[in-house]
Amino acid sequence: MSKHTLSVLVENKPGVLARIAGLFSRRGFNIDSLAVGPTEHPEISRMTIVVNVEESPLEQVTKQLNKLVEVIKIVELDGPGSVNRELLLVKVRADAASRGSVLDAVQLFRAKVVDVAPDAITVQAVGNADKLADLLRVLEPFGVRELVQSGMVAIGRGSRSISERPQRPTIVPAPVSAIAH
Amino acid sequence: MSEQGGQVTGAQSLVTSLEAAGVTDIFGIPGGAILPAYDPLMDSQRIRHILVRHEQGAGHAAQGYASATGRVGVCMATSGPGATNLVTPLADAHMDSVPMVAVTGQVGAAMIGTDAFQEADIRGITMPITKHNFLVTDPADIPRTIAEAFHIASTGRPGPVLVDVAKSALQAQTTFAWPSELQLPGYRPVTTPHAKQIKEAVRLIKEARRPVLYVGGGVIRSRASHELAQLAALTGIPVVTTLMARGAFPDSNPQHLGMPGMHGTVAAVAGLQKSDLIISLGARFDDRVTGNLDSFAPNALVVHADIDPAEIGKNRHADVPIVGDCKEVIAQLVALLQAEGADGDYEAWVAFLAGLKQSYPLGYDTPTDGSLAPQYVIERLGAIAGPDTIFTSGVGQHQMWAAHFIDYERPNTWLNSGGLGTMGFSVPAAMGAKVGMPDSTVWAIDGDGCFQMTNQELATCAINDIPIKVAIINNESLGMVRQWQTLFYNERYSNTDLHSKRIPDFVKLADAYGCVGLACESPDDVDATIEKAMGIDDQPVVVDFRVHRDAMVWPMVAAGSSNDEIQYARDLAPQFDEDDL
Repeated sequence: MSKHTLSVLVENKPGVLARIAGLFSRRGFNIDSLAVGPTEHPEISRMTIVVNVEESPLEQVTKQLNKLVEVIKIVELDGPGSVNRELLLVKVRADAASRGSVLDAVQLFRAKVVDVAPDAITVQAVGNADKLADLLRVLEPFGVRELVQSGMVAIGRGSRSISERPQRPTIVPAPVSAIAH
Repeated sequence: MSEQGGQVTGAQSLVTSLEAAGVTDIFGIPGGAILPAYDPLMDSQRIRHILVRHEQGAGHAAQGYASATGRVGVCMATSGPGATNLVTPLADAHMDSVPMVAVTGQVGAAMIGTDAFQEADIRGITMPITKHNFLVTDPADIPRTIAEAFHIASTGRPGPVLVDVAKSALQAQTTFAWPSELQLPGYRPVTTPHAKQIKEAVRLIKEARRPVLYVGGGVIRSRASHELAQLAALTGIPVVTTLMARGAFPDSNPQHLGMPGMHGTVAAVAGLQKSDLIISLGARFDDRVTGNLDSFAPNALVVHADIDPAEIGKNRHADVPIVGDCKEVIAQLVALLQAEGADGDYEAWVAFLAGLKQSYPLGYDTPTDGSLAPQYVIERLGAIAGPDTIFTSGVGQHQMWAAHFIDYERPNTWLNSGGLGTMGFSVPAAMGAKVGMPDSTVWAIDGDGCFQMTNQELATCAINDIPIKVAIINNESLGMVRQWQTLFYNERYSNTDLHSKRIPDFVKLADAYGCVGLACESPDDVDATIEKAMGIDDQPVVVDFRVHRDAMVWPMVAAGSSNDEIQYARDLAPQFDEDDL
């Protein structure tokens, strides 16, 4: 099994997420992470889906996704050719005695403190999965009280855009009464 | 009806949209949420609405209508239970790629999500079993949504589309405007095959020594029978037609080996199993065809043509994948083979298969006690009704016998539930087929188990002048399940005895429904009974053929076994060694 990152452009319509999530569970594909958000085109949303599959099931995932009417385009982003980021918010136990060490770790990973309480601080970190895992390993001994992590988002390197809209032939509905024949 | 651009209700806009989409027949049942639509529907000059007795009947009728005519079948139901009763036909149409549009009412937009009376999230429920579905809450979206629904249902790989319309949208004022273009940026079915792939396929066809044309339902849906006949005639390659493709290639053609699969003919099963090149046309390597996939056709290269890219390579690796509409794919194969010369040498292979066909024909044992063999009934039905008749069937033994013992000569004359295996398909599908093809004789071949699932539509047929004919193959049991119990469960017949020769009285039941009821239990009466039924054109006819209950479907490949393990009859394996080649 290996991880693959799919960038999926979909129509920004209600129910699209349910359709895609349903497809994955129905066909027995495992999602490692899924992130959805708007794009530079208001009518198009972009999903970044990380799946853990072999090559041939991956082809099925892609083909089945492509069958969904609201899926416009699927691009697989490879590691070196793309930038991948996740967001982590973690609430770490930090009293007067340990706060200094926690802050050292935060600085080391170029993370940020976004909230402070007398016995805890909340850290925000952005990075790829490895970096965030390393940060967590360092913070764990202090006591992680709460943790929330986003799905991965990814974008290809270079100047090209996957959401440039190709010219498509217009579909004209059949004239009255002729569609069914 | 309303003119383009005028002020109308959403309900009027819906009916006008359906008219604009070319709809002439709808099967349905009104109810609270869809009620506004039924008011303008009453005034439609172009649409005949047929009031069925159960929404499942409406759905299967729409399927039968679509499968017989090639046009989009339409059914209509209200919210909640009306809509959920369409789930089985939608799933069935999805499996068998039947072009169909279901319009359902939904509770008012403001009530959605409140567990309102007769509310069900039918869009959510049907997501996995439709090609696409819509929820319309803005009346302005009605015409475009209907246009898109018909476009999606009927193009590419056909399938069912559900349009759920909120009652508030039906009641609101809007303007009707038929769209000038559709906004489906993610929907672009590929119909024209890649020339390089066609070239590669032709190269393999010419090099092969043991090729076979593996023909699936896609050939029927794309109306490619003519092209297929050309390809077969040009190359001389043997043909197998799957359960969904019966009729795509004439049974009378000597190149035809019959149906492959779990209950396939020995020649058709061997034709795939021993081949060195499978040319798959609109078929999907279903488990009922391949048996154990790992041992299926071990020496065959595969050319796989399908309009749905996701089918290619899904179950079996394709050496030459061809995405395209079967009609175009086959026409291009024919054109290139004609240009290059179809000079493949298949002589030994054709002779080998002809030998198998002769040695292992379809057959059955005549009961020694004078009782009726179900296969005989079906065989006579096919012979007397003739190749212009449309046959529908339920699911089980009678379905397999109807697939085998009737000779199909034309596409769209054999309608059945292949993928989903829906018992009860037969009667409502026959009703729909008869509405779509009123000049054709339509026979529903049904089991006594299947018949009792949907026979309420006999009332619909009798009242609306839809004179279908029903042959109940009454073996008073769930015959196929019983067959498995005989073979694999030590003849322990758990819950398969229906007692249908005692209850109900099918003749009286037919009579009660305003149909002619006939019964037959002797081989001597079969022809006369069928001819009597054929002579009745002004009323539906139901014939209770009371048959021997222990008849079994042969040949058979046990579930999960290799096709090499095919049994011609019980404990009788055919001899087909490759040494014979």
